[in-house]
Amino acid sequence: MGKIFSKENKEVFVKPLSLDNPVLVQVLGICSALAVTSQLKPAIVMGLAVTVITGFSNVIISVIRKTIPTRIRIIVQLVVVAALVTVVSQVLKAFAYDVSVQLSVYVGLIITNCILMGRLEAFAMINKPLPSLIDGISNGLGYAAILVMVGFFREFFGRGTVLGIQVIPQSVYDAGYVNNGLMTMPAMALILVGCIIWIHRAYFYKED
Amino acid sequence: MTEEKKSGLNTNSNPYIIIYSSILVIVVAFLLAFVSRSLKPVQDINVALDKKKQILASLNIRGLDDAASAEKYSQVVVADMIIDEHGDTLASGSKGGEKDAFVLNSASYKAGKLALFVCNVDGQTKYVVPVYGMGLWGAIWGYIAIDSDKSTVYGAYFNHDSETAGLGAEIKDSKAWQDQFIGKKIFSAGSDDVALKVLKKSDVKDPVTQCDGVTGATLTCNGVSAMLEEGLSKYKVFLLR
Repeated sequence: MGKIFSKENKEVFVKPLSLDNPVLVQVLGICSALAVTSQLKPAIVMGLAVTVITGFSNVIISVIRKTIPTRIRIIVQLVVVAALVTVVSQVLKAFAYDVSVQLSVYVGLIITNCILMGRLEAFAMINKPLPSLIDGISNGLGYAAILVMVGFFREFFGRGTVLGIQVIPQSVYDAGYVNNGLMTMPAMALILVGCIIWIHRAYFYKED
Repeated sequence: MTEEKKSGLNTNSNPYIIIYSSILVIVVAFLLAFVSRSLKPVQDINVALDKKKQILASLNIRGLDDAASAEKYSQVVVADMIIDEHGDTLASGSKGGEKDAFVLNSASYKAGKLALFVCNVDGQTKYVVPVYGMGLWGAIWGYIAIDSDKSTVYGAYFNHDSETAGLGAEIKDSKAWQDQFIGKKIFSAGSDDVALKVLKKSDVKDPVTQCDGVTGATLTCNGVSAMLEEGLSKYKVFLLR
């Protein structure tokens, strides 16, 4: 296992963080990115939950990939993902109850998050467990990064807080500043994701 | 699937697929059952604590952390009684009540077992009653704290399952909205019908019993009104006695 930091693995890890980001470039997982990012804390928890689930499901599918009958492979993937999601949701309910209330149905909906099925089909089914683990974690982190960015801006402008702590001082409100209520709506998340995609493309795809 | 040949089995034969999927499902089922069973006690504690926080919120005691909430609840709640619609006591509850009214839910409420939390805030007796109803998308519920005169609202807390964020969800998120219930009368003068309700601002004729609704959440607010009327009517005998 001396190859953990081999060139290929490093590439597998780095690519989804930016150049092949699941949200920005593969445009997967947009739905939940809009729904859970009205505040930073649920965005972080959601990002971590997806990272854990992509990591584990990629490893599990990769380990059993040779035994999976081709005809029912999607079902097998779905069962593995659904089981992991249920476990994560139960763990959240036990140890982060307020966050699980905030995330409500979206934890369950990780099952339908396209990043998971996308990575399982595209990567874990044809690669060894270790690269699959790296691919899963890094795709999860790439997703989490976008969620955190969007969550930060939405909470900052929508509520004047970051992680629930007031950062815009009262004196600014006294001077006539008003929180932007639109920021707390999912529509604004779509616009923010659009802006991030725009900046990302403008920076990385200049030659196009 | 280039690696298929390595395992001697034909992974595409029907018996293989059936056996494979059966084993997979059984393994997953056991795993989930195990996780669910082992985490249940911790989850139950969280749910109970959340309920305590909601009851405290209706008494205008908010923002306490977990341990402080549990302690405050045991100090504040004198008895969690169960009464029926005739005002008769079915269970007298206990100090720091967690056994009687505390474990009731909306089903027992429909069956006529009404929860009544008798509380003592700074030496004054307050009653907290739960109400359950339907919002626009799903269930809504709340706790109404009533002064010892049994007609003035001391505080209110509302919560919801799945109302629209930023609109209907404001019944839970907006403390300012919940605070406007403070000091409202449940019954209008000379009448014993529940008058406490939520209306569009321009329709508020009687500010003693009527509250301003949430803009853009008319249907949720109608649900709150219906919930208040239906719920508090059940307590009418007790409240008017």
